[in-house]
Amino acid sequence: MGFFLETLFGGLMAGMLYSLIALGFVLIFKASGVFNFAQGAMVLFAALAMARFAEWAPQLLGVQSKWLANLLAFAGAMVVMVAVAWLIEKLVLGRLVNQEGITLLMATLGITYFLDGFGQTIFGSDIYKIDVGLPKDPMFLFENTFQGGVLVNKEDLYAACIAAALVAALSLFFQKTATGRALRAVADDHQAAQSVGIPLSRIWIIVWSVAGFVALVAGVIWGSKLGVQFSLSLVALKALPVVILGGLTSVPGAIVGGLLIGVGEKLSEVYIGPMFGGGIEIWFAYVLALVFLLVRPQGLFGEKIIDRV
Amino acid sequence: MKLKSIALAAAAAAVAVSSLLAAPAAQAQAKEQFFPGLPYRTGPYGPNGTPWANGYADYLKLVNAKGGINGVKIVYEECETGYDTARGVECYERLKGKHGGATLFQPLSTGITFALTDKAPVDKIPLITAGYGRSESQDGLVFGWNFPLAGTYWVGADVLIQHIAKKEGGFDKLKGKKFALVYHDSPYGKEPIALLQERSKAHGFDLQLLPVTHPGVEQKATWLQIRQSRPDYVLLWGWGVMNSVALKEAQATGFPRDKMYGVWWSAAEPDVKDVGDGAKGYNGLAMQHGAHPNAKVTKEILALVHDKGQGTGTKEEVGSVLYMRGAMSAMLAVEGVRRAQERYGKGKWMSGEQTRWGLENLALDQKKLEALGFGEVMRPVSTTCADHMGPAWARIHTWDGSKWGFTSDWYQADEAIIKPLVKATAAKYAAEKKITPRTPQQCQS
Amino acid sequence: MLYRENGQFKTNYRADQQIFPIRQDRIAVALLLAAAFVAVPLLADEYLLRAILIPFLILSLAALGLNVLVGYCGQISLGAGAFMAVGAYAAYNFFVRIDGMPLLAAVLLGGACATIVGVLFGIPSLRIKGLYLAVATLAAQFFTDWAFLRIKWFTNDSPSGSVAVAGLQLFGVPIESPVQKYLFCLGMVVVFALLVKNLVRGHIGREWMAIRDMDVAASVIGIRPVYAKLTAFAVSSFIVGVAGALWAFVYLGSWEPAAFNINRSFDLLFMIIIGGLGSVMGSFFGAAFIVFLPIILDQALPALGNAVGMPIDTATVSHFVFMIFGGLIVFFLIVEPHGIARLWSTGKEKLRLWPFPH
Repeated sequence: MGFFLETLFGGLMAGMLYSLIALGFVLIFKASGVFNFAQGAMVLFAALAMARFAEWAPQLLGVQSKWLANLLAFAGAMVVMVAVAWLIEKLVLGRLVNQEGITLLMATLGITYFLDGFGQTIFGSDIYKIDVGLPKDPMFLFENTFQGGVLVNKEDLYAACIAAALVAALSLFFQKTATGRALRAVADDHQAAQSVGIPLSRIWIIVWSVAGFVALVAGVIWGSKLGVQFSLSLVALKALPVVILGGLTSVPGAIVGGLLIGVGEKLSEVYIGPMFGGGIEIWFAYVLALVFLLVRPQGLFGEKIIDRV
Repeated sequence: MKLKSIALAAAAAAVAVSSLLAAPAAQAQAKEQFFPGLPYRTGPYGPNGTPWANGYADYLKLVNAKGGINGVKIVYEECETGYDTARGVECYERLKGKHGGATLFQPLSTGITFALTDKAPVDKIPLITAGYGRSESQDGLVFGWNFPLAGTYWVGADVLIQHIAKKEGGFDKLKGKKFALVYHDSPYGKEPIALLQERSKAHGFDLQLLPVTHPGVEQKATWLQIRQSRPDYVLLWGWGVMNSVALKEAQATGFPRDKMYGVWWSAAEPDVKDVGDGAKGYNGLAMQHGAHPNAKVTKEILALVHDKGQGTGTKEEVGSVLYMRGAMSAMLAVEGVRRAQERYGKGKWMSGEQTRWGLENLALDQKKLEALGFGEVMRPVSTTCADHMGPAWARIHTWDGSKWGFTSDWYQADEAIIKPLVKATAAKYAAEKKITPRTPQQCQS
Repeated sequence: MLYRENGQFKTNYRADQQIFPIRQDRIAVALLLAAAFVAVPLLADEYLLRAILIPFLILSLAALGLNVLVGYCGQISLGAGAFMAVGAYAAYNFFVRIDGMPLLAAVLLGGACATIVGVLFGIPSLRIKGLYLAVATLAAQFFTDWAFLRIKWFTNDSPSGSVAVAGLQLFGVPIESPVQKYLFCLGMVVVFALLVKNLVRGHIGREWMAIRDMDVAASVIGIRPVYAKLTAFAVSSFIVGVAGALWAFVYLGSWEPAAFNINRSFDLLFMIIIGGLGSVMGSFFGAAFIVFLPIILDQALPALGNAVGMPIDTATVSHFVFMIFGGLIVFFLIVEPHGIARLWSTGKEKLRLWPFPH
């Protein structure tokens, strides 16, 4: 029983981390109707910026305190992500305004390749370290009830809390602020929003910047866990089942989907995996999402498409 | 509209330019030996491939600085493969005819090695796979053009079991113990399984196989399973970022790092540097060499190559584990050519076939290794036509938080177990591919 | 002036319905085929054949197959690599386990197995649409990635999981040298291109395009979506499976499951988008773009760097290739979202008027 709880907690926390990346997908799809395959590359780019700036701050600016260096690096990385958002909107999105979904998807794949290459050219292709003070050692709970205790990964716990806080902040942003309302208007109907005077291109820059911020937080957390290197951009592939399970247009869907996929993955790998020789995690997540989709083709919380053929 | 016409013009120009870019013509340079490189400096395995490639390139530059191979200079050209088999094959095709013909290839990837094993005999270019590739390619009669010099994965797995048995107090003490193999889910990672299963049957220990999907960043479930089954030892067979993630997860689940043993591709600086103290006590296999910042050859490279501004890569990297492996691989290649020159003409250009003869008649004793600067780094290496690996020596080194230090004596793999396995698997390959193995008489030609 | 069709009258339906009704087109295609079958083997060197033309041919076949599904039937699939893998491993098992199995039969049977798997993974398309379907097809991709690594039977119990084939021959003629391999692939590609062109011009192709354009309206006029979508998956998977078998047997010779991973799927999707969705020509253009560009850049960039006195190392070249690749994809999508095939047909239209302005 103790071990089951361990696996469950591990799955829940892994799920929160996936939803952090899935949030980026959902944000951009909601506001601009683009399925941003480049989210993984943005996570990598943001993490690289953060890691390298944190390294360079002591060298170039003589900053001694690690806290200050990290803060400056975070700010610097945020500036970089806003710049990236602005460039993407100007050079790519602005020119592909009325194209079909698949064209936009391909454009974001092109951006992925570009960001991957560009990030590694400027920042290098070694493994870099992000150290924001997240604890690395494990925590054992309920040692009296279960033999050996229930293992809880402290770093994952902190990360899950940060992810939850970010989701809450984003929900508040969307519901309570004027910009948030404007974003929701654009998501509903581009042309109607424009006719009311909402500046589309500025909204898109804001959305991509927010997605960039989410990518940065995700990059810092994942980078702190795994080290910042090219394979970080492949983590986005694990977030795709989350997005389609939860629905492409729903923020709570990203969370619920994340938790479901995280738990499903870990439980399947630990309990069913050994029967098949292991390694079933990644396709299990996709198959799970696929099964859900057969019941609800637009995801758990996505907008219902009414036509049936 | 204007953008469209620019695009049309650009497309037409590109087609014209590309039709002019013919494949480079092979120019026969009489006094230059071409050593192509197939490294990967990018992609998920880039951080581990880069120091190897730098060591390789630097050693070749050192040889040139000392006058070449009996006066023949070395030309070195790289082609980035990104650890992808298709790119590796394309690089091979592109480089094999350049600069008078490639002398030999070192693919540094098990996948590319498998693909090139078929092409090398046709093109008559030897493949050196020092410390990787197919374990059964040790059999030189079937695999006439493959040279897994200095060690294969079966050797590595065997040495690990020997070392652990020694620590426990004898092979009989292994009965009932639990081993877990955390391996990269690819032909590379699967290589040791055959040998470990043999040993497990022979000595009665339990072997749990835990594959990790490429690229290896997702190991949470793996380590949860390890926490559940509580093995006595964990053997790590990873590459690239999988290694550091494994160590981080071990730390996060509280598995003692000193009970972890990694193969020689999982025990180098890029794998432990950013885990730092968290990896303290982690042990790795050292195939002949480990980290040698003070070896004679390291100092020579620093003096004759880096101090002259010719270094590939940074000075801090010289002497690190993977750097030394690259240098050692280059040294074995150069010595193969030198040995070929002893038969076919000193100071002359050596073809692939002639180099093959040199590689299967290597006799590097301790004196020669001292003269080359590898005295404290390696034990003697000698090959024959039937045995393309030679006596394989290995030891264990351990990470103390800031550097690697040797913590065991020299081991040799148990021939009694390895030889039959090699013979059987090589025979199966020969049957599948309808190859007639060479006879020892044919070797001397 | 050169491309006018005045004077070319058709006197029966058969002549009117040819694939190439304009005589200049027929001459051009005949010359192209002559060049491909005769001139190239005589003039091209080994590197060009082995490393550039053979992968181009095989990947254009795969792109053709994927175009049937994505371009003509509108079902976005990101699992093409999986079907290539199924085709390759199935062909391998037929070839190795059955003594005396002819190469062509093994390849076609591999395609047939890919068809079965394709139809199976195509069943969700009856319920799921658009981007959701695209991500759902990734399930096929990752499942086959895992299956060929884990299930030993598929790799003939090879201890390392890597498999190899040897001794390829077609009706007694060995397929070993670059020229023989090239001609074999070229033959397959020409036959399948003809097959696909005729399929899409016919009844079934029109059904596919109706489903792609407006599936509700199509079902109203009596086209059965189940039949259309599943036949699209079937035909597409067959062709992609055959291409996979060719990729493994003829180009790689010895392979592991990573040869058919997700990057391969993305590459194929790039090819058909850049080349042109819903166009047979487009598959070839796209394949040429994706195959030739990295190689050209790999060779041109260092030369350029050396010319301006700034030598670039191979890692940076690799990064630049990525950047230029991505940049060019975006550029093409902005300039011509319908792909190079549209540029080509626009060019031909202009050629019909040239040198007159209108």
